Formats: sequence, structure tokens, C-alpha cells
Amino acid sequence: MEWDWAFVIEILPTMIEGVKITILATLLGSVLAAIIGLGLAILRRSKNAFVSKPVGFLADFIRGTPLLVQLYFIFYVLPDAGITLSPLVAGVIGLGLHYGTYTAEVYRGGIDNVARGQWEAARACNLSAFQTWTRIILPQALPPMIPALANYFIAMFKETPLLSAITVLELMNQARSIANYNYRYIEPITLVGAFFLVISLVSVIALRWLERRYGRIEER
Amino acid sequence: MGQWAGYLQLILEGALVTIKLTLMGSVLALIMAFIAGLGRISRFRAVRALATTYIEFFRGTSIFVQLFWAYFVLPLFGFSLTPLQAGVLALGLNVGAYGAEVVRGAIKSIGREQYEACIALNFNRWQSLRHIILPQAFVLMLPTFGNNAIELLKASAVVSLISLSDMTFQAQVVRAQTGSTLMPFLTILVLYFLMSSVISAAIRGLERYLTRGLDGVRS
Repeated sequence: MEWDWAFVIEILPTMIEGVKITILATLLGSVLAAIIGLGLAILRRSKNAFVSKPVGFLADFIRGTPLLVQLYFIFYVLPDAGITLSPLVAGVIGLGLHYGTYTAEVYRGGIDNVARGQWEAARACNLSAFQTWTRIILPQALPPMIPALANYFIAMFKETPLLSAITVLELMNQARSIANYNYRYIEPITLVGAFFLVISLVSVIALRWLERRYGRIEER
Repeated sequence: MGQWAGYLQLILEGALVTIKLTLMGSVLALIMAFIAGLGRISRFRAVRALATTYIEFFRGTSIFVQLFWAYFVLPLFGFSLTPLQAGVLALGLNVGAYGAEVVRGAIKSIGREQYEACIALNFNRWQSLRHIILPQAFVLMLPTFGNNAIELLKASAVVSLISLSDMTFQAQVVRAQTGSTLMPFLTILVLYFLMSSVISAAIRGLERYLTRGLDGVRS
């Protein structure tokens, strides 16, 4: 079977529709993962074992099981409990929850990197727990985490094709429907691959820049 | 309760396929990781370029796209693969690319003095790699290899989408037949978690075995 440029031009508008959804899902998923990760990291540090242990187990459980199955769980099981979500919302929650457990580790590393003296100084200044976190710890812990977080957001971007399994019409799903409709797989699937490759190569360069700008956690 | 036993058996049959896929994929990934990782630090520019291309290509596109490409596009070039072969190939090559960076990083992290000692002992490149560098580097690689194996196990769920009857596929079959959603999906989530726990326990055990007697020696 030959590569057909005319067919590529013909399917390009449909593919671009898919690209929009792919990027939207990645952005929303990243925001959610950033928030969930921070929550998990802080809860995991709790002194109360009844909080830290279950949260730790939950995070390990989510990290040890496939995203695809979690997406099915959110998409098929939750409606039985009365919670019906649109495919995109279910997909974004799945991505955010799954990668939230990874970003939690990044936060944990970043928070552990803040020197002990900072905690003690905050205590000596009689700051509340909330003030300590928002004024002292997080402003110092966050910048070095930025490259590591970005790394996981790129990884999430590459996992978005899984959303096609729960009928989200993102890039991969558009490509598959084009392929099934026209019985031509080579162009759509290759285009999807090329698109991800280009974005990943660009993001690797962006990541190097972030690392230069903010440093890496290990080096500090 | 009787019917669940039948459905559970269906899921366990899928679990066997998942385990088989993970094992075969891990073996391929390990081989690719060493070939490409050593290729990255080769003396020859062409070998380095080839290894870098392989790594960037497979890390840059997602496993899902690679699997579909292997299953649907490769036959058009005359390579017909069964779903299992396509799954092992895509998983092994994908995770192997991640593993290659681990191999390279571990070898690079071995101190200069070890290389100098090899020169002093008049070892050739292969001998120093085989007897001095790799035994030390391998221990450093193990924890990340364990994580990679867990990533491979998780990624193997994707093969259900090219109609390979792994655990996820069987759960979908049970869902279609019974209409029950909680039981099949919760069961396989727990089974996946058990499998990844086994992998991380095995890697920890292997690490302890390989570093026995080295307490305080390793930096």
C-alpha cells in the first residue's frame, strides 16, 4: 500500500479537531494532577496515621494499576453509583488522578528538600501550619519541582490516546474512525505518531530550558 | 455465586496472558535497553546516532500509537504479526527505550577511578565492561528497572484494544455478558496491583541479594 498525500490533505481537518481535544484533555488533566498531587503529598505527611497510611496506600494502588482500567472504572462503574460523567470529564479525572500520584512524589521530594531550619524558623516565628506552608515551605519547594512536573505532564500527553477507549473523540479516536471508514491505516496512524513525536521533541527542548531556569531537584 | 466462579476463571485466564505478555515484553525490553544503552556510549558516532534515534523515537510516541502501528500498519509492508507478537514487540521496544537511558545513566555514574583501575590492570574495553563496570552499574539500574517493569505491566492493558484477550479484555467480556461493572473492574484492579507488588518485592529481593556484604562499601 502506498502513502497517499491527497488522502493526508483530505483527513487533516478531522485530525486537527482531534488534536484540539487531545491538548484540552492534557491541559485540564495537568491542572488536576498538580492539585491532586499537592493534596496527596500533604496528606501523606500528616502526623495522624489514620490519614497518612490510607492515603499512602491509595496512591500506591493507583500508581500500581493501569490507567486504562482506571478510565473504564470511572466511565463504567461510577454511573451505577449514580454519577454519570461525560467521556471527556471522565478522561480528565482519570488522567488527573493517575498522574496526581506521580506528581505527589515530586512534591514530596521537593518538600523534603526544604531545609529543616526553615520549618524550625517558621515555628519560632509562631506561624500557623497554613502560614508555614503557603509563606515559607511551598515558595521554596515549588520552583525546583517545575521541570519534574513538566516531565510528567509530557508523559500524560502521550497517554491521552487511551481516552479513545472511553469514546473521547481525541486525535487517536479520530484517526481510528478515519482508518476504519476508509480501510486505510497507514496515513492516519502514522500521522498520529508523527504528531506525538514532533510535540515530544519540542517539549524535550522546552524541558532542558526549564531545567536550566529552575534547576533540578537532585542537584540542589 | 456459582456464576461468578465461571467469570472469575475467565479473568484468571486473562491474567495468564497478561503475565506472559509482561514477562516476554520485559525480556525484550532488557535486551533492547542494554543494546541501546551501550550504543549510546559507543566510540562510533554512527552507533550513537542510531541508538539515540531509537530511544527518542520510542520515548517520543506513545505505546498506544506504536502498538496500533505494529498491528495495523506493519502488515501493509508485509510483516503480519499476531496480536501477541505485536504486543510483545511494541511493549518491549517502548520500555526498552526508557531502560536504555537507565543503562547509560548507571554506567556513566561509575567513578573514574574504576576505569583507571581497568587501564592499570590492562583490561580491554570488553573485559572492563564485563568484569568491573557492569556488575557495579547493574545494581544501580535495578530499582529503576523494577519501576520500568511495572510500567510495562500497566501498559500491557492497552493490548486489549487490539483484541488480545488479556485481563482487561476479559473484564470487558464479563461486563458485556453480565452487565455488572464493579465486579470485573475491581477484580482486575486488585490483580494488577498484586502483580505490581510482586514485581517490586522481587526487585527488592534481587537488590538485597546482589548487594549482600557490600554495606558501607558502596557510596
